[in-house]
Amino acid sequence: MKRFGRSLKYVYLGAMLLFLYLPIIYLIVFSFNDFGSGRHISYSNLGKWNGFTFENYGTVFAGDAGDALKTTLIVAGISSVVATIIGTAAAIGINSMKKRTRTAVLSVSQLPMVNPDLVTGITFMMLFVFINSLLTKINVRIGDVPSLLIAHISFSIPYVIFSVLPRLKQSSDMLYEAALDLGCSPLKALLKAVIPDIMPGISTGFIMALTMSLDDFVVSYFVSNHTKVLSTYIYSSARVTRGVNPALATVIFIPLVTMLIAVNVRRLAKEREYEVQNKKVRLKDKGGIAK
Amino acid sequence: MKRKYFAYPYIVWMILFIAVPMLFIFYYAFNVGGQWTAESFVKTLKNLGYWHTLLRSILIALTTTVICLLLGYPIAYILSNMKKSVAGFISILFFVPMWMNFVLRTYSWYAILEYALPKMLGLKPMTGTLGAVLLVLVYDFLPFMVLPLYNSLSKLDKSLLEASRDLGANGVTTFFRVVLPLSIPGIVSGITMVFVPAITAFTVPVLIGNSNYQLYGNEIEQQFIHTNAASGTDFSVGSTLALILLVCVMISTLIMNHFDKDKEGGSIL
Repeated sequence: MKRFGRSLKYVYLGAMLLFLYLPIIYLIVFSFNDFGSGRHISYSNLGKWNGFTFENYGTVFAGDAGDALKTTLIVAGISSVVATIIGTAAAIGINSMKKRTRTAVLSVSQLPMVNPDLVTGITFMMLFVFINSLLTKINVRIGDVPSLLIAHISFSIPYVIFSVLPRLKQSSDMLYEAALDLGCSPLKALLKAVIPDIMPGISTGFIMALTMSLDDFVVSYFVSNHTKVLSTYIYSSARVTRGVNPALATVIFIPLVTMLIAVNVRRLAKEREYEVQNKKVRLKDKGGIAK
Repeated sequence: MKRKYFAYPYIVWMILFIAVPMLFIFYYAFNVGGQWTAESFVKTLKNLGYWHTLLRSILIALTTTVICLLLGYPIAYILSNMKKSVAGFISILFFVPMWMNFVLRTYSWYAILEYALPKMLGLKPMTGTLGAVLLVLVYDFLPFMVLPLYNSLSKLDKSLLEASRDLGANGVTTFFRVVLPLSIPGIVSGITMVFVPAITAFTVPVLIGNSNYQLYGNEIEQQFIHTNAASGTDFSVGSTLALILLVCVMISTLIMNHFDKDKEGGSIL
């Protein structure tokens, strides 16, 4: 009975994993499908297997998709670095604020995290439309890429702050004071004493900012007029022509899995080590009792 | 130099790009063509069509949340009872799809429901039905339910379960009297991570529902982005609708805070 219960558990987990991965596997399988009818490739019929080909991978970043990928990478790269710098500095500042100011700043910072994406998206859209309507008088306008950058930096900073703050709380306040007493300039004290201590928090924040930006659809959809990032490109081609190159799934999925596993392997290894240590201790205890 | 000055660049940024944009919702809701007026606001509120969509969205989002909870709780419970290292690996498997571009995954469901499944089972194409919309909504939000549940269940002190067993409770009683009440913070944050995003998930009705079963998010989206030639965009209507949405979010947060007295719950990955 117990064994039956255990295998039932694994069957359930397996079924749920299959459910979660089914669309991803489906796209990856069909990325090797021959969609060519004549010389024109049509992705609108993703359900019919015509034969094996690598052709879809040759064209995966041709044309608009390639531009969208470039924009996605540029926006994600710049916005996550800027957000990490501003966010880390902000966290250091907030940590040394008086309680009342700190609570006020932190509650405004939480807005982008609790607001529905949709609301964040439309507020940015209205902001840029408003600013551009003022700027037309002097024949200037904020382009799509700067708008995307501002929006992505804004929704990423809070995640950096809330990753760095817990680390700062753990690290000692004296470190900075000591560095100052020993003759460091404030900036040098920060770089040499504080930053190394909170580095794990900063790198978590950076990875969060990077993934939030890479994964964003809703905010980019409202903010950008013509320039497409990967997710808005996929959405518009799925809606208009009902056709998206399924090879995109593989191209996004493989780096994603590699990155997530790389980030988590260290944590897993630590947990495993902890478990083994625990077991050793337990064995020792048992040995002690036997004597 | 005081350290709090390091926060000043951010505070300027925050005011310009987090606080001010929020004010635009109020600005456009109550200002038409430079004139302050509540006329458009009242007119939008009186339009029953929007309330109808809101009610339907709340029902669809509630159904999605309940299904996610029923499917997700066992997942989180099983994972939390596994050995830490095994559970760590399998839980990553559950959360990987969260980071995979969700528009692409939704599009894939379109292909599956429109071509693959009907062909295999000899049925009519399934997109455009309420069932299809619910299925994909559940699919999109399931990991967001499992994550906080798993965080809360794996923190649960296992000696409490042993105590309950020692005091004569069987497995079922232990679950309902000990495990379930202690996991309420996880349940609460799971519900908040699914319910509100589900109301605004405007891509799913467009891609899967063939624009049937529109959610409240679609109503707002259409006031800002030209989706078809028939309807124009109107920031003032859209802002009013967004204000109603924010009120709904506030109400649901208040209700949830009432249940989540410990203020714990799960964190985002």
